[in-house]
Amino acid sequence: MIWYTGKRLLQMIPVFFGATLLIYFMVFSLPGDPIAALYGDRPPAPGVIEQIRAQYNLDKPFIVQYFIYIGNFFQGDLGTTYSGRPVSDVMAKAFPITARLALLALAIEAIFGILVGLVAGLRKGKLFDTSALVVSLLLISVPTFVIGFVLQYVFAVKLGWARTTVSSEAPLSELLLPALVLASVSFAYIVRLTRASVSDNLSADFVRTATAKGLSRRRVVGVHVLRNSLVPVVTFLGVDLGSLMVGAIVTEGIFNINGVGGTVYKAIKLGEGPTVVSFIAVMVVIFVLANLLVDLLYAALDPRIRYAK
Amino acid sequence: MPNKNPNAQTHYVAALEETPVEVVDRLDESQKARSTWADAWDAMRVRPTFWISSALILLIVIVALFPSLFAQVSPTECDLGDSHAGPGDGHPLGYTRQGCDIYARIIFGTQASVTVGLLATILVTFTGIIVGALAGYYGGVLDSIVSRIGDIFFAVPTVLGAIVLMSVLPERTPVTIALVLSLFAWPQIARIMRGAVLSARNSDYVTASVALGVSKFRILLRHVVPNSIAPVIVIATVSLGTFIVAEATLSFLGIGLPPGIMSWGNDIDAAKSSLRTNPQVLLYPAAALSVTVLAFLMLGDVVRDALDPEARARR
Amino acid sequence: MSQTVIESIGESAVVSTEPLLQIRDLEVGFQTQHGLVPAVRGVSLTLNAGQTLAIVGESGSGKTTTAQAIIKLLAGTGKITAGQILFEGRDLAGLSDKQMQDVRGRLIGYVPQDPMSNLNPVWNIGFQVEEAIRANNVAQGKAARQRTIQVLQEAGLSDAEDRLKQFPHQFSGGMRQRVLIGIGLSARPKLLIADEPTSALDVTVQRQILDHLGTLTRDYGTSVLFITHDLGLAAERAEQLVVMYKGKVVESGPSLEILANPQHPYTQRLVAAAPSLASRRIQSAKSQDADDVEIFSGGSLDTTLVARAAEREQAAATQDLIKVQNISKMYRIRTKGLRYNELLAVNDVSFAIKKGTTTALVGESGSGKSTVAKLILQLESITSGQIEFDGQDVAGLKGAALLKFRRRVQPVFQDPYGSLDPQYNVGNTIAEPLLAHKIGNAAERQARVRELLDQVSLPWATRYRYPSELSGGQRQRIAVARALALKPDVLVLDEAVSALDVLVQGQILNLLTELQTELGLTYLFITHDLAVVRLVADNVCVMQKGKIVETASTDEVFDSPREAYTQELLAAIPGGNFQFGR
Repeated sequence: MIWYTGKRLLQMIPVFFGATLLIYFMVFSLPGDPIAALYGDRPPAPGVIEQIRAQYNLDKPFIVQYFIYIGNFFQGDLGTTYSGRPVSDVMAKAFPITARLALLALAIEAIFGILVGLVAGLRKGKLFDTSALVVSLLLISVPTFVIGFVLQYVFAVKLGWARTTVSSEAPLSELLLPALVLASVSFAYIVRLTRASVSDNLSADFVRTATAKGLSRRRVVGVHVLRNSLVPVVTFLGVDLGSLMVGAIVTEGIFNINGVGGTVYKAIKLGEGPTVVSFIAVMVVIFVLANLLVDLLYAALDPRIRYAK
Repeated sequence: MPNKNPNAQTHYVAALEETPVEVVDRLDESQKARSTWADAWDAMRVRPTFWISSALILLIVIVALFPSLFAQVSPTECDLGDSHAGPGDGHPLGYTRQGCDIYARIIFGTQASVTVGLLATILVTFTGIIVGALAGYYGGVLDSIVSRIGDIFFAVPTVLGAIVLMSVLPERTPVTIALVLSLFAWPQIARIMRGAVLSARNSDYVTASVALGVSKFRILLRHVVPNSIAPVIVIATVSLGTFIVAEATLSFLGIGLPPGIMSWGNDIDAAKSSLRTNPQVLLYPAAALSVTVLAFLMLGDVVRDALDPEARARR
Repeated sequence: MSQTVIESIGESAVVSTEPLLQIRDLEVGFQTQHGLVPAVRGVSLTLNAGQTLAIVGESGSGKTTTAQAIIKLLAGTGKITAGQILFEGRDLAGLSDKQMQDVRGRLIGYVPQDPMSNLNPVWNIGFQVEEAIRANNVAQGKAARQRTIQVLQEAGLSDAEDRLKQFPHQFSGGMRQRVLIGIGLSARPKLLIADEPTSALDVTVQRQILDHLGTLTRDYGTSVLFITHDLGLAAERAEQLVVMYKGKVVESGPSLEILANPQHPYTQRLVAAAPSLASRRIQSAKSQDADDVEIFSGGSLDTTLVARAAEREQAAATQDLIKVQNISKMYRIRTKGLRYNELLAVNDVSFAIKKGTTTALVGESGSGKSTVAKLILQLESITSGQIEFDGQDVAGLKGAALLKFRRRVQPVFQDPYGSLDPQYNVGNTIAEPLLAHKIGNAAERQARVRELLDQVSLPWATRYRYPSELSGGQRQRIAVARALALKPDVLVLDEAVSALDVLVQGQILNLLTELQTELGLTYLFITHDLAVVRLVADNVCVMQKGKIVETASTDEVFDSPREAYTQELLAAIPGGNFQFGR
């Protein structure tokens, strides 16, 4: 296990540098004036251009620029926003809120997704299964922002059960509705994945052998079917974190939450390129780290991975 | 001589009339020959979902190609006097805030969404198949390099990467959106293809072909690829829907298609301010988008069931 | 070894006449799109307490379905549609799930077929055994752990205590099978159902495990229901025999009596086809009198398949067609980190094959026999040594020369399911080598395909079929036809008949012998099955751990084996010394 962790950490290093280089390259090395592109249709004052040129070392060779940027990145210097605040400050404020929202969403999608998927898989072809499939298809095909608007309209505007926007402290109770929105699509994927996985495992030889041992149905399902079925679900959660981040940008925008996603949403709307890049670079780093975590969890669940050469 | 009581442990021989012995391993010539693809087709043909989703997709593609056949009203000639007006004669869905005909805008907005979805899917599928097949089949240094590059692009979630790239691109059209989305989405298909090719490459029929003297490239083309693309086809069908959603999300964030290009995403974005008073303005384009995505998802489900050998064996 | 077993059968046969399990007119069907397809049709059998009964049949005979019906664990849509399963007088067919839970494990133990897929990969071995012990209330708490170790030790895992925390993938197939046997016997059931418990294992391991199983069940007085395709194994291990064919019982009764005096034509066929040490090399039937129809009807295998050991005519085989000299193959296996382990898969192997003869390469899994095949076929490069074909060194052949070599030396692989491309129809499969070597035009290739299908006795209509529509034997005939397409001199047959049912296996062996006589082919026959070797080979090389331990003519090897390992292999053949009634 230690060896495996070390190997995965080592493999992560080139991915980390590659991914940040990729983002850096996209923003600062594409044809055209990067500064002008960053500011879109609103040309900034000449002084600002000078400042940004110096700030991003655009007069130096590209790869040097990148390493200066990365060096600063590791020292916690993520540049400044349009209004002159350090990005790291904004991040420090925004991050706990988004972490709460994301964890809440993750808990909702994982618990309910696995539960519904399990029951559907055990009752394949029955009414519950068919309804779960239909609902999951609908949830996947409706974009998150539409679900967000509809739930906001129904629960906040019409029924008044929740607030349309979340206050700046963002307590858990207020985050429940946004978290539901954020979780909806992934919930549907988890239902489908768990269902398929459970129904595959139900016909596995080792499940028949477990029944032949004289185990109760409950134990066979709980110990042999469920644990094996969780392996692909856990792998999915890692990849899914990416869509959760995009979802956070959309959801926090809709509910006016001052988290990481909300900040990115506003920055995009205002055309604040540097802020967007810095935030997304951090998100990518979190994504890479989270996937490492998922890989380790995967190895914990499936010993064959752990002991593989 | 048959024993009357088979329960007794004496020597029992079944009557020959009841248990006729047949020729060993005779070919059953009564059955018609079927290829795996014909099998898959048969499996799909009997599913109503297949026909419903195919008909929907066909309709959507025709609407995208010839929108003027379906809407006589111009989607861009708007009269602010009609703002949020209800349905009327020739305007079945009413008007937007700007006083544009909702139905006409949905019909004319189809093209952008479908273009992005189709183009991105085609790009991603071809890149993924070629890259994945070469990496998996030839292995070695090529595989290492390609896989590492894939890992890097895979580490950037598709829409996040697209947000960055779209916010710096000078020009935003359905084609550029499709290009940007495929840039970050190809590693997924490449990974699946590579895995499928790896297992096909190690199969006995490939070894047999090598020993028969078939050339390496011909084996890749004629044996390995045809036996590896089934999972890719399934993912490609489903990803068409997700690309359409991705385009709408980008447009919603204001970095997708510019307001001048009609698209469902733009219309939904424009409608959010009217949500509280006139939710239908938002719901109609959202429904159009969802039905399109749903059609591709359902088709993907049917295709997967048909191509999954285990599902077929259970039949 | 086998004598002691036969003695023990004699002892226990007198012990009891109390029926433990009585199956009456059992019918099982599988629900499909086209309605209920019957798999078991009116099966009746009786197993007395303390006895061993074997159900023998080919794949698709319904033997496994019958076994699974007893503990009501039918796969997929299977359902008992009629009949009774009386266990100690109680009808299991009518029991609820809850009641069956009490029967399973505690009263009836089950040892499944495939050791690879029947243990849950994500739980450790100790957990999976202990779970069975707790569920059946054999022991709880600390005692359960003690019992787990005891069960595994009894099953033959002497270092059980250290291995409890290990996972299935860290165990070899034989060890996993021991674990499964331990689980099956953990609650000391009255009946043990063993479904092909050793068919995936090497013969020597198989013998050890069966001996062990025999000892355990005899000690506990457990009745055993064996499910097997192997008549020799059934004859050696069971006092009662039930022969199944297409879902029905065609013959049942005391094993010795049935084997000595088979009554039903199907049983007669099975008995005749069972290869044993008493068999002799198959002689070409064409040179005698029988016609094709007769050979493939399988009706008179007696005269055609196991013909008398006439002296093989001394072919023009004065020169060695293939000469293998001191070849070795080293693999580097990556272990943890950057270290490599070197594995000598083939170690200094030398042998020669004369033109028109068959040389068998025999060994257990991991002996390196298949690697030798790959080296000769130039699918992998040798580390050292020399391979000569027709006087020419073939190592490192490239381009046109390699292509020319491939035309003359063709392979047939083991797995008839894997060696044909599922997307290719039979016609294209057989024509592929012709295309690859650019031989003939479309019409000529078509004519050649027709000729080849004819040679392997398949109708011309087969050309449109896909592999998934053919049986294992038919696929293997296609593989042979494809290998013959280029009119090669040598066929390398890597376990070419191992996966086939005994009658089909006999048919293919017969076909190969015919073709050898007709086309003057030279065979390198690679197998783990010594009994088959006797039927087809002129010379035998016995391999063990990468080395050839004995090389001799077939008769020498069988009649007076020199090496201990060869003797061990011979002794391990189930029913090896058994005299079948023919």
